[in-house]
Amino acid sequence: MMNDMKQIKHHLTEPLLIGYAAGTLPEAFNLVVATHISMCDTCRAALAEYEAVGGEVMLDADPVDVAEDALAATLAMIDGGHLAERPKPIRTQNSVFPGPLQDYISGDFDSLKWRKVGGGVSQLVLNTSKDASVRLLRIPAGTAVPDHGHQGTELTLVLQGAFTDEEDRFGAGDVEVANEDLHHTPVAEEGVDCICLAATDAPLLFNGIVPRIAQKFIGI
Amino acid sequence: PEATAKRMAWVVQVYAVRDNQDRKAFAELFGYFAPRVKSFLMKSGASPDLAEECTQEVMATLWNKAHMFDPSKASVSTWIFTIARNRKIDILRKQRRPEPEDLPWGPEAEPDQVDAMGLQQETEQLGQALATLPAEQRQLIERAYFGELSHSQIAAETGLPLGTIKSRIRLALDRLRHAMK
Ligand SMILES: [Zn+2]
Ligand SMILES: [Zn+2]
Repeated sequence: MMNDMKQIKHHLTEPLLIGYAAGTLPEAFNLVVATHISMCDTCRAALAEYEAVGGEVMLDADPVDVAEDALAATLAMIDGGHLAERPKPIRTQNSVFPGPLQDYISGDFDSLKWRKVGGGVSQLVLNTSKDASVRLLRIPAGTAVPDHGHQGTELTLVLQGAFTDEEDRFGAGDVEVANEDLHHTPVAEEGVDCICLAATDAPLLFNGIVPRIAQKFIGI
Repeated sequence: PEATAKRMAWVVQVYAVRDNQDRKAFAELFGYFAPRVKSFLMKSGASPDLAEECTQEVMATLWNKAHMFDPSKASVSTWIFTIARNRKIDILRKQRRPEPEDLPWGPEAEPDQVDAMGLQQETEQLGQALATLPAEQRQLIERAYFGELSHSQIAAETGLPLGTIKSRIRLALDRLRHAMK
């Protein structure tokens, strides 16, 4: 899954890029954004612009006096050498999961603990802050996810395979941003299973035709 | 030109920190940026005490990460902003922050001078364009960056004056991709 940008047709929206640049998105959304950017240079460049805007907004803010001994205290901190730094993620070659996502799953693809949610679809909920949720979805080739609407925002990033819904076709690297306006039935393409990273900040609204499946989705 | 010279001076100061652990250069960067970082953190919801502590950590991180700064990809103001933002998520929001994979470095590790100068200049132009926006629009952008607006409250078209800087960043990425092949 190399960064062939020409194949990516559906990108992050401006509000999501600003939110990521500003550090105001829920963790679950940050994970989708960071994963998409790992696959997409168009959005990588766009993010750099929004970060530049952030830098200028910061420069323009009225300065607030720091403590009198702030510089000395900072130099002491530097001399003490105890400021932990996190390593940047590095992708394992040929994985379906870009670096930022690998930090959230333990083990390799074959050891993942998928949970069936009905209709052949399986999911794996990832552990993030509670203001939104994110999960991996595995939709067998040719299968449909139950028809549903949305209350908040739902981001769906395709990692492998492809799905088609009322909007368009979404292939590897594409991200669909759905909100209240969209009611859809995503169907995985024939061939390989479709694996998506899906985040939402509100429960999905199912039509009630398949309530048992719907309940499991909603119960997350 | 004068404003761009100021930005290039910041670059030289970061290099002095990186190469010589130059405390005078660091003190100059600190004097200018620390009060602005603190302001950003307080506007983002930190108490004065927390913002103070966080600001010192941000500036210490600048020292520790000076070797990672690349003026052909970011202005010093942009770079410090991203450090402050990351610290804000760590400390204020107590969340992990998923970050994109780094692009692997090509053979040309030392950033190109012309690119570096060009990016500093364009970031300066971006700053000036922001300053001339109608007050109402500028306030909306500031509120988005201070976290007073959720992503769903940010209009799809913010009318941000982006453009030249985008092509510059894009060029740098394309070159990097090319060098990797
Ligand atoms: Zn993109
Ligand atoms: Zn949906």
